[in-house]
Amino acid sequence: MSVVSLRNVSKSYPSSTKGGASVMAIDSVSLDVEAGDIYGIIGYSGAGKSTLVRLVNALERSTGGEIHINGRDIATLPERELRKIRLGIGMIFQQFNLLGSRTVAGNVAYPLEVAGFPKQDRATRVAELLSFVGLTDKAKSYPDQLSGGQKQRVGIARALATSPSILLADEATSALDPETTHEVLALLKRVNAELGITIIVITHEMDVIQTIATKVAVMDQGKVIERGPVFDVFSNPQHPASARFVSTVVKGVPSAPELEVLRERHTGRIVTLSFRDTAVDQSEVFGEFVRAGVPFQVIYGGVNEIQGRPFGHLTLALHADDELVDAALERVRQLTTVTEVR
Amino acid sequence: MDALTNLLPELWTATGETLYIVAATLFFGGIGGLIVGLGLYLTRGGSILDNKPIFVVLNVLVNVIRPIPFIIFLAAAQPLARAVTGSGIGNDAIIFTISLAASFAMARIVEQNLLTVTPGVIDAARSVGAGPVRIIFTVLLPEALGPLILGFTFIFVALVDMSAVAGFVGGGGLGNFALQYGYRQYEPVVTWAAVLLIIVLVQLVQFFGNYLARKALRR
Repeated sequence: MSVVSLRNVSKSYPSSTKGGASVMAIDSVSLDVEAGDIYGIIGYSGAGKSTLVRLVNALERSTGGEIHINGRDIATLPERELRKIRLGIGMIFQQFNLLGSRTVAGNVAYPLEVAGFPKQDRATRVAELLSFVGLTDKAKSYPDQLSGGQKQRVGIARALATSPSILLADEATSALDPETTHEVLALLKRVNAELGITIIVITHEMDVIQTIATKVAVMDQGKVIERGPVFDVFSNPQHPASARFVSTVVKGVPSAPELEVLRERHTGRIVTLSFRDTAVDQSEVFGEFVRAGVPFQVIYGGVNEIQGRPFGHLTLALHADDELVDAALERVRQLTTVTEVR
Repeated sequence: MDALTNLLPELWTATGETLYIVAATLFFGGIGGLIVGLGLYLTRGGSILDNKPIFVVLNVLVNVIRPIPFIIFLAAAQPLARAVTGSGIGNDAIIFTISLAASFAMARIVEQNLLTVTPGVIDAARSVGAGPVRIIFTVLLPEALGPLILGFTFIFVALVDMSAVAGFVGGGGLGNFALQYGYRQYEPVVTWAAVLLIIVLVQLVQFFGNYLARKALRR
């Protein structure tokens, strides 16, 4: 059963000018997040991804559709009921949003106070959480004495305090440097693996998706334009916007201007070969060119790995007569996808 | 100088009265300011208790009452003071009127200080299931405590200023003392003695307020 299930969810804001059309921030989005997923939602700023995640714990109310959390539709629940639902959904933020007036331990204890967790057990639970995120020695520090990465770890400890089944991460690493980003992502992976918590990750960085997500949805202008297992979307993006995101981390198919340069620099025919998974042995493909007597040169491309599965694109310049090349390509097509570039 | 020496007992009594009026108005005006300020903050568009009609009413009230010069407000509010305290003159009436004026002055300061609390922190509290009342007492007020203390220190000076005007409607205090024994008796030394005491008083409170705010801000 889906832990989070969105059915035709919409969110519109009234127009800022009188009589103007209302603004659709989320436009009829359907999405299913299964237990144990790390579900990435990626999009440019303004694509609606942050709004979407805020609908999941009803920090903002949807204006249409159904939002099921563990099977219960929360779209129409009154605020008082929602507070109970929110205890089961942790959330971390780009700006961490820690209480500056409380110590690290005080911040982590906050959800426990709200939940009415027995006072005598709070300290034990806080110690447990701080040890999980590796900040035991910072319990008495105040947030302004911590680094960004430490603040986010406090944020994670706080979000986990009431043992939620779902964790929402709203651009949780966007304010961090690359190294700290990977520390925090590794921690989120542990949260998922060791505690079995389903995580929804909002980001504009494809790197984050590549590192931790199992599934991904690409958002553009309030709509989900593509979704699927991360490997599928990365190795074979269907939508131009998805392809743009993929190209930020995967060096694969040359872009139009790059192709222009390649055409100028290299003589002969140019083709792009796409490899997915271990289904195709690259050496076999290259063997075909060799056997056909077609000298080739790799002029662009890259091989990547997502969740242990390799995929990639290689662009070759083939230096031989058209006849020989056509014959070789004929056989290579049996093995893998070939795109002729020139 | 002799005039001042002879008036020393009256000077101490006046100082005591000023302290009493200021303390009482700081208390009542402070509570009033917190309530009205919180009301403004909470009902503004997009806030946790977003309520346009209430916001508009509060906003207009504050904007109308705040700019009225206090000496005029004192006269205008006299019937109300009489209705509430039973008399239009004397210390009780003046405490009521100053508290009322201070509430609206303080309301803006409270509202502005609350607006400095990052909305994200309120999101974080809401995301763990906190309701509005809990958010007010465990997030908003503690997070804005430092600036709020400085705000109260600031309003303290205004309260001393207002209390000095109290002399006009039969309230006591240093203002009344300076007018009655200094200004009207042509004894500048007496006036200056009152001024000096007020300066010392304000400095002490400012120092104390800064100290508390520093502690709250941990700086």
